[in-house]
Order: sequence, then C-alpha cells, then structure tokens
Amino acid sequence: MASISADNHGLRLVVRYMVLTLVAIIFIFPLVFMVVSSLKPDQQLLADTSSLRAFLPVGDISVDNYYAAFKRAPVGTFVLNSVIITGVTVVLSLFICSMAAFSFVFLKWQGRDLILSIILATLIVPFETIAIPLLLLSSKLPWIGAHGLEWGWLNTYRVQIIPFIADGLTIFLFVQYFKDLPGELIEAARVEGATWPQIYRRIVMPLSGPVLATAAILKFLAMYNQYLWPLMVVQQEEYRPVMVGLQYFFQLNRAWGEIMAYLSLITVPVLAFYLVLQRAFIASIASTGVKG
Amino acid sequence: MAQVVLKNLKKSFGTVDVIKGVDLTIEDGEFVVFVGPSGCGKSTLLRMIAGLEDISSGTLSINGQVVNDLQPKDRKIAMVFQSYAIFPHMTVRENVAFGLTIAGASKAEKDAKVNEAARILQMEHLMERRPSQLSGGQRQRVAIGRAIVREPSVFLFDEPLSNLDAALRMDMRMEIGKLHHDLSATMVYVTHDQVEAMTLADKIVVLRSGSVMQIGSPMDLYHNPANLFVAGFLGAPSMNFLDVTITEMDDTGCTVRNGALDPVRIPSLPKGDTAAKVGDTVKLGLRPQYLIPSIDPASGTLHGKVILTERLGSETVVDLALTDGTKLIVALPEDAQFERGREVSLSFGPARAHLFTPDPELQASAKH
Ligand SMILES: Nc1ncnc2c1ncn2[C@@H]1O[C@H](COP(=O)(O)OP(=O)(O)OP(=O)(O)O)[C@@H](O)[C@H]1O
Ligand SMILES: [Mg+2]
Repeated sequence: MASISADNHGLRLVVRYMVLTLVAIIFIFPLVFMVVSSLKPDQQLLADTSSLRAFLPVGDISVDNYYAAFKRAPVGTFVLNSVIITGVTVVLSLFICSMAAFSFVFLKWQGRDLILSIILATLIVPFETIAIPLLLLSSKLPWIGAHGLEWGWLNTYRVQIIPFIADGLTIFLFVQYFKDLPGELIEAARVEGATWPQIYRRIVMPLSGPVLATAAILKFLAMYNQYLWPLMVVQQEEYRPVMVGLQYFFQLNRAWGEIMAYLSLITVPVLAFYLVLQRAFIASIASTGVKG
Repeated sequence: MAQVVLKNLKKSFGTVDVIKGVDLTIEDGEFVVFVGPSGCGKSTLLRMIAGLEDISSGTLSINGQVVNDLQPKDRKIAMVFQSYAIFPHMTVRENVAFGLTIAGASKAEKDAKVNEAARILQMEHLMERRPSQLSGGQRQRVAIGRAIVREPSVFLFDEPLSNLDAALRMDMRMEIGKLHHDLSATMVYVTHDQVEAMTLADKIVVLRSGSVMQIGSPMDLYHNPANLFVAGFLGAPSMNFLDVTITEMDDTGCTVRNGALDPVRIPSLPKGDTAAKVGDTVKLGLRPQYLIPSIDPASGTLHGKVILTERLGSETVVDLALTDGTKLIVALPEDAQFERGREVSLSFGPARAHLFTPDPELQASAKH
C-alpha cells in the first residue's frame, strides 16, 4: 500500500513538474526570442524566424543593434522618465488608495457607501472615453512651481503622474483586503488608545503586505505601459516615456533588430521590479486570489 | 478606580432593538458578570461600555462623567476579546507594550510595567515570541497582559476563556479571579458559562433578549431567583420545574398539588411578571440538590420511578419519571445506587422550593 501511494505521489509530482515546465517555457519563449533577436542583424533575424534558430544566439552575433538604438533615440532618457513616472505613481498610489480604503472600511461618515459605489463604478469606464476631457482639463490646470504660478500641465511629469495616483481598482483591492482583516484587531487597538492614523500606520499597513504587493505590481504594469496618454500630453522628448519612445523605431527605416534591442532594454526595469516583489507577489496571489 | 453607571441604556441595529433599556450600577472594584443565552445582547452591552458600539439612547457614565460620545481610547478601559485579538506582526513584548507605546511612555517606564505584567502572568519566557508561536492559553495571557499594563479604570472581558479547553479554562478562571483580587479593579465579564459566573462574580446580571432579568450576588440569584428564567439558568443540573395547581392561597404562602405531588404548603408566593390566584397552574421549582429520595413510599410527597443513575463519584445524578409522566432530576452529594424501575418517593424542605408564574416566552421556546 505504502509503495503504491508513494509511486502515485511520485508520478503526480512528475506530471506536475512537466506541466509547470511547459507553462514556464511558453512564457519565457517570447523573452528569449526578443533578447536573441536583438543580437542579430536584420537580415538574419528575419531569415531565422522560420526555424528554431530564432531562439538560439547563433550566426552573426553582436551588440550593434544596441549602439544603433541609442543613436536613434534618447533611450536612457525614456527609461529614466518611465522609471520616475512609474515609481512615483506607484508609491503615491499605494499611500493614497490605502488611506481612502481605510476610511471606507473603518471610519463611519455620511455618504460613505454612496461614494464608494461611485468610485467602484469608475472601474467599468474605459480610459479612452475620458482621455479628451482630461486632456482639456489638464491643459488648463494651475501649478505653483519653480517659476511661480503657471497654467497648463502639458509637457511635464506631473501630468503623467497625478491623474493616475487614485484609481478605482487599487482602492477596491485595498477595500476588499481591509474588510477581511479581523475586526477585533482594530477594536483592540482602539481600546488600547490608538488614534485612526496610528491604527493605519501600526496595525493595518504592517498586515497589508500581500495587497500592497498586488496593487504595486498592477499599478507598475499599467503605468509602465502608458502610451495613449503620454502621446497626447507630451510633445517634448525630455518627458517622454518608453512606450511612446517605441515610435522612433517605426519611423523612416524600420529596423527589427533595433526594436528588439530597445524592447530588451526597457524590459530590464520590469524584471528588476518583479524580482524584488516576487516573494510578496506569490504570497499575495495565494491569499487574495488576484492575478497580475 | 471607577464606578460605571448605565441608565436606561438602549441599542438598536436598524429596526431591531437589541438592548432594551438596561439600568445598572457597577461599583468601584466590583466584578460584574453578564450572563444569558446566546444572542441576548451581552457582547453588545459590553461593547457599548467600551465605546465600540454607539449608544442609541440612555446614558453611560464612568466615574460620574457621561461618556456616551467619548471614543474608546478616551474611556480608560481595557478589553480582552474572545479571539484574543493580539497583533500578529508584533512580538509578545510589543503587544503588551502597545498601549504604552501609543501613549508615548518612556522606555524605562514601558520596560518596568511590561516586566511586571509578565511576572504577574508568568510569561517572562515568552516575551520575544510572535503570537503564532503561542498556544491559546498563552495568547490569552498576552491579551490580559496588554490590558493590565495601562492600569485602566475598567476591565472588560468578552468570553475570554471560551476558546480554551476545560482544564486551562479552570486555571485561567482562577487567575482572573486572583488578578481581580490583586488589582482590585472594576471588571465586567461576559460569559455563558455559569460556573465562571458563579465563581468570579460579586454581582451577576442575567440578561434575556436585551433586558435585565435579575441582578444580584451569585448566592442571591441561586437561592432567590426572581423568575422562572433566572431559576432555570443558574445551577447545575438545572432546577426541576413541575406544573402544579394552587389549591389554597393566603398572604404568606400557598398549597399546591398535582398528580405526582401530595398537597404541600410552600411558604412563599409565586414569583414572576403576572399574579396568580387559586386554581391557577404555576411552576414549582425544586433544585436537584434539595430533593431527598427514599424507598419508603410514605415518607415523601413526590412519587416516581428511577430511570437512570449516573454515578460521578462525588455526586450521583438520578433521573426519575414521576407518576404523572414528568421527568425529574435528583443530585445526591455521595455515591449511591438506585435500581432502574425502582419506586421511590421524594421529600423536600418547602422553604427551599420556589413557585413561579408561567413565562409565555420560555414555553414558546421550549416547544421548538
Ligand atoms: N452589527 C449588528 N447588526 C445587526 N444585529 C446585530 C449586530 N450585532 C449584533 N446583532 C444582534 O444583536 C443581538 C445580540 O448580539 P450579541 O453579540 O450582543 O449577543 P451575545 O449575547 O454576545 O451572544 P453570544 O453569547 O452568542 O456571544 C443578536 O441577536 C445579534 O444578531
Ligand atoms: Mg457575544
């Protein structure tokens, strides 16, 4: 009996690993293709796509495409811009949205449920439908900066950051998570003398690791992949993010090798971010069931 | 320390009235226990004192100050929850010190008080652990430790022992009793365990569906229950109730009888919400401990047959069927054996018997 069940167990394990390996391969192939192709001259790259050679670094391998990419576009500026915009938005978004959710879940105030349902209703409004009004609005908004009062937010970092700090999905994630926290913990803290800000900082946030990771990753991906909005609001290279920068490679003479080199470069921050959050992310999927 | 006064306190959730006007004075240093069946509003009442539930109407004062609108943190109370509610991301030491940390106490003061609490609760060796590394009893100690370091005016306990096993429960019960003695603090304690209520309380408050049924010392409630509900709620095994008819009645007592009971004069009048008159059916309450069985059919006033004898060693519980079919339980303070089917008669001191007018609500719920 014992040996049969052990065999069964072993077999199950083998099957499980095979499936997981297959899934991993499916997910890794496009990345391998991208990196490998970025090392090949265009002609060979296109010829190789008809065979498995597309995934192998063989033939005329060099980093010429990378030099060319840097020559064609200010890649460093684009990556830096995206990292700044994404990083600042993620941090502010986690902070603001978790505070909003805290208020919706733990505080009692008039109109709370109505406002929450309005915020959640924005989840079904596609960004494209508000893009134009938002553009008109942000072209007229005031700002107090280094040069005193100025009007219009176009061609700045802030126009790419501020509209995306608070969003329904992130608030929703936090609301759901906070609702599942044991209510008696919050009550115990209240009885012990903690104020609401203290409860937020000392009790709720330290217990929110999984949802923070989930929200951070979703926000990161959404922000890093911004295309339509920066295309509308930024005309100067100085503030342009990576996805808009991709245009440079489709104009005039299109070079696939350079495109692949550029894509490989802009994937680096994503991988770095992902690796840092990986542990927390896995824990978050296990506990919240939200997919990234 | 503190006196807590509840005046006509009411609470409703929407249209449902959960607390229907409670008047209660908790004296300084008193140990008050709320008991009652599940859903009667014990937790709600306690949470109203804590400030975790709004008060719909009435006033609540602590030390002469009306605190209806004060936040929990401003009421100088500490609360121990059924689920312990200790913070999972902090060590035991941080948990116990939480209230002091929040209040901005100095490190020296914090250390002194936390170590003192650890000593009282014998958990010095646990201080650096995380809650996940503790047993249920240890977690409860941490929760109590967190409550005592702040030296609150009032301690509130909501069924603190109900998640513990029987042996640990007894230990912790004694420790809480000792703590009350040592700190001589005002404590309010919710339980549905009547042993906890009887052993710990200076004063028991019996609640039923949001109303106070009776308030008194444990022995007062045990010996002089004001109504059928309280009589049936306290004491184990619970009081026997027989339907009897009043045949004679005057100012000092009445004579009652039924098919299994020879006429007997009880030197008290039926208690309860309604008045009784001759010819009415009332409940005769007899504690199992005050019944004396005898095999001589002429020696007692109550007649029946043995169904089962449960010998617990220190006590013997005998189940009987009376001649009119009702069941009766007798508890004897020694080991004894009665054959099944044996005819017995029972006698009792009429002064120890109680008469109650029937309780329509209880009868309705008993039928379900
Ligand atoms: N937030 C709420 N909304 C509506 N009804 C509630 C709420 N909280 C409690 N109740 C109701 O109030 C009544 C009293 O509840 P409470 O928790 O005080 O009972 P309890 O005496 O503590 O019972 P138990 O012994 O089971 O803990 C119950 O009928 C319950 O359904
Ligand atoms: Mg309760």
